[in-house]
Amino acid sequence: MAKSWKEWEKPLLEIDEALEKAREIAKKCSPTEQVAAEERIAYFEQRRDNIIRVMYSRLGPWEKVLVARAETRPYALDYITTLFTDFVELGGDRRFGDDHAIVGGTAMFQGKPVIVVGQQKGRNIQDRQYRNFAMAKPEGYRKAIRLFEMADRFRLPIVSFVDTPAADPGVESESRGISEAIAASILKMFELNVPSVAVIIGEGGSGGAIGIAAANKVLMLEHSVYSVIPPEGCAAILWRQPAEGAKAAAALQLTAQSALDRGLIDEVLPEPFGGAHRDWETVTKTVGNAIEASLHTLDSLSPADLREQRYAKFRAMGRVAEAAPSA
Amino acid sequence: MLGKKKATGLDGSFVQCLGCKKTLFRREFEENLFVCQMCGHHHRLSWRQRAEITFDEGSFSEADAGLRSVDTLEFPEYREKLESAIAKTGINDSVVSGRATLDGVPVSTAIADFSFMGGSMGSVAGEKITRTLERAATDRIPAIVFCASGGARMQEGLLSLMQMAKTTAAVAKCREAGAPYIAVFTDPTMAGVLASYASVADVILAEPKSLVGFAGARVAAQAQVMKVPDDFQKAEFALRSGMIDKVVERRAMRSTLSSLVRVLIGGSR
Ligand SMILES: [Zn+2]
Repeated sequence: MAKSWKEWEKPLLEIDEALEKAREIAKKCSPTEQVAAEERIAYFEQRRDNIIRVMYSRLGPWEKVLVARAETRPYALDYITTLFTDFVELGGDRRFGDDHAIVGGTAMFQGKPVIVVGQQKGRNIQDRQYRNFAMAKPEGYRKAIRLFEMADRFRLPIVSFVDTPAADPGVESESRGISEAIAASILKMFELNVPSVAVIIGEGGSGGAIGIAAANKVLMLEHSVYSVIPPEGCAAILWRQPAEGAKAAAALQLTAQSALDRGLIDEVLPEPFGGAHRDWETVTKTVGNAIEASLHTLDSLSPADLREQRYAKFRAMGRVAEAAPSA
Repeated sequence: MLGKKKATGLDGSFVQCLGCKKTLFRREFEENLFVCQMCGHHHRLSWRQRAEITFDEGSFSEADAGLRSVDTLEFPEYREKLESAIAKTGINDSVVSGRATLDGVPVSTAIADFSFMGGSMGSVAGEKITRTLERAATDRIPAIVFCASGGARMQEGLLSLMQMAKTTAAVAKCREAGAPYIAVFTDPTMAGVLASYASVADVILAEPKSLVGFAGARVAAQAQVMKVPDDFQKAEFALRSGMIDKVVERRAMRSTLSSLVRVLIGGSR
């Protein structure tokens, strides 16, 4: 069982390398060899597509975890800078500091003013550390709350991008009240008088994710995951070995389809052939269209209706059996 | 809860403190509300013991007693764990909810019982907390919630995570209605419960030395090289960090709640 996305996509990596080589040869070879070289490229391309088709047509829960964590997947700022104009990043919680795991600011979405917030991962080592692996500290959630309040004040719809393994669990975060910050952010989202749309674009990691995901509409990319606990953590508790992550992922049913079936999200957004990381342009367009459609359906709701829609939706979440009272 | 730790050969007249390990007279111990007279260790209470020492005698009436968990994910061993917890505790899930009076003031209340699967919050606990807060909002009466939980119940997957949102949404209803909401953190109040309805109460009290934290202490320590304070993730640490209002000893809890409740409803009458 592959432990990382890189390990899992190794067959594709190998064929990509072969393809790269074949293309280089084609550039240098003589006109007489050209036909053969091109045939070779076509062969590799077809082979690659076949492998992608096989691998991605039956992604299990664990494979989805790996794909959701792929380092080449578009991150929050990739969507924000492509889908929004006039983005001005705003910073700071006005209490303690600025958190780089959560970004946000004012922007235009298709000509309409909005507030956008997202959890941001880093792509190289320094960047990852700068973003604290998208694990927000209390000041991150308090920055989000500040932006949500501003959205409410100026009647601006909110779009949030969810992509975090978890909230930061460190000593610092604990002493500054990470639990309160998450809870207060959830509470604020329920008090909003403006429409909100949350998009889970990668990892929806437990409390850290729901902290910015209590929205009127919750959309989820096809290969992203949303879970109450990281599968490795669940495996460590259940079987005392984190290596059983695949088994735990299956038990937790953390896929978008499962969340939709249980009424916990509103929509699954299909990913392009071979996953979001293979075709940023297409996935960005899909996400943009879905946000537009969601905001459009929420457009006609009054502030009271928006609060009520949000409450009713989350109020209905849960599965219980209820027997008639015995006395 | 303490029964198994009885000193041996002493026909049940004695118990051993889980804190200092000293032998105590059971009767004195119970009269002292299950707090060790020697070291002050606050032993965990069952929901029933909590109701008895908190509310007016015989005033507690349970609501939502028919709610039961459903193993929708067919999660490994969940059904067995539920069945054995029900058999062991005599309750259907980790939270018991209802109505009571406190010095004559009607309140809506929920009491978590740690002995039921570590007080974990799945759909049933989330539903009971939500109904408790909704009853408070509808009747404009105070809500008093006693927390005792390791966090969200992993065996119900994402459904459990969504209970964080659902219960917190109900807090918004209380605020809207002007119904005061008091949370009491007892040992332990952790993770998904702490990061949702527990932390956004109007007033937060905690019993001495209760474990109060977001992540397991080991995870927290691993995440940083920073020195971990001795009382890290204890009620006293939360108090020092400004996250709770007061650490209240068990014998003063009832009177403190009573004072709070009478003042907080004063404005709306
Ligand atoms: Zn003792």
